[in-house]
Amino acid sequence: MDRFLDTFFNAEVLARYAPSILDGALVTVVLSVLIVLSGIGLGTLLACLRAYRIRPISFLIVIYADILRALPPLVVILVAYFGLPNVGVVLSASVVLYLVLTLVLAAFAEEIVWAGITSTPQGQWEAARSTGLGFTQALVWVVLPQAVRMVIPPLTNRAIAITKMTALGLVIGVPDILGNASTAQSFSANASPLTLAAIAYVILFLPFVIGSRWLEARFARPGA
Amino acid sequence: MARSPETTPTLEVRALHKAFGSEPVLRGIDLSVARSEMVFVLGPSGSGKSTMLRCCNRLEEPTSGEIFIEGDRLTGPGVNLNAMRQRVGMVFQSFNLYPHLTAMGNVTLALRRVQKKSRAEAEAIAAEALDKVGLSDRARHHPGQLSGGQQQRVAIARALALKPTVMLFDEPTSALDPELVGDVLAVMRDVKAAGMTMLVVSHEMGFAREAADRVIFMDGGRIVEQGPPDQVLGAPTHDRTRAFLRRFHA
Repeated sequence: MDRFLDTFFNAEVLARYAPSILDGALVTVVLSVLIVLSGIGLGTLLACLRAYRIRPISFLIVIYADILRALPPLVVILVAYFGLPNVGVVLSASVVLYLVLTLVLAAFAEEIVWAGITSTPQGQWEAARSTGLGFTQALVWVVLPQAVRMVIPPLTNRAIAITKMTALGLVIGVPDILGNASTAQSFSANASPLTLAAIAYVILFLPFVIGSRWLEARFARPGA
Repeated sequence: MARSPETTPTLEVRALHKAFGSEPVLRGIDLSVARSEMVFVLGPSGSGKSTMLRCCNRLEEPTSGEIFIEGDRLTGPGVNLNAMRQRVGMVFQSFNLYPHLTAMGNVTLALRRVQKKSRAEAEAIAAEALDKVGLSDRARHHPGQLSGGQQQRVAIARALALKPTVMLFDEPTSALDPELVGDVLAVMRDVKAAGMTMLVVSHEMGFAREAADRVIFMDGGRIVEQGPPDQVLGAPTHDRTRAFLRRFHA
């Protein structure tokens, strides 16, 4: 039992590395928020573009979404981080992680929001257009609000899954929770910093998970 | 082209053809509706009556033919369709209210986004329209909190608020429980009394007899017979009209 406590809950190690993990938590939070906002934003924009049914554009969007959904994000992160400098693009590890996860989340969000747009009844478009709204106005004011409400559960689930992947930043040295915890673990030859990291993740992501439940309940259609 | 409003039909359809793929649905419709006239369109399912109605605001694109609203062309290239559609109100069988907006939000949307009215101005117009359909007290309700009949009346208010020149009704009571039909018909009667020009596709024979100025019977994508309701419904001259009415009364 002592050995277990010493390995996972070594008080001295915990105290020494807590500030570094707190720093890491800040990085994780900032990255997560940015990834969720820009990933869902970009994905929604792409889904809207696809609604115009301009063949070449829709084709490109589908190719983009399918490739990024098929690739393991870790592979994309490694290729971007170690490959881009060879073509003269040098980005920091955090920026690479942000860009890759944003693009991955956007790919999933595009498919999810697109599903919402296509399952909004045709009558909604017709009602909007019959009152003189243009296509874009009908999309923005009538169809998209309904589509987004419909897909909030899969969208939040996907957003949580992708933001947790900020932990993959470890492999390219992003100083996030896991990055700092892993460094601390090597220095101290003790797993306690990793325990702390796990606790930090739960503290950070549990509100996110609970918040998604609230969102789902909040946007359940009144009376429908 | 300047024509006097007395002689210019409010809605004029000329040689309207519509085909879905190789399947002809409308085979040459000529129809003109005078100002404040209520024209009822009857016909068996598949006769093309709904398609004809939906061509009148180009929710269906005609294959050929022309449509005019107060002498202004609705069909053909170069038409500002969104502007023209504001002059043609449409009421749908399944209401098609926006479920994420309140009754007020449903009525004000086009006023604000298309006519660019301020929120206060749009809400004043919407309040008046909701009052006309007897739903002032439901303005802040969402469609899901309203009965079918109330939803359809909000939909009528949504179309009315834009002050259209003509209103199209596509089987407005077909999706309603029988006891809710009366309220919607009463509102349509009021709309007519206020001088609206109306083209109505419906199976409400009793209402047609009582309120319509003219009844049109369509079959096979053509107008088979038309005239005053008493004549078309009471003493039809065409076999197909008689057969249709017989089935209806049986």
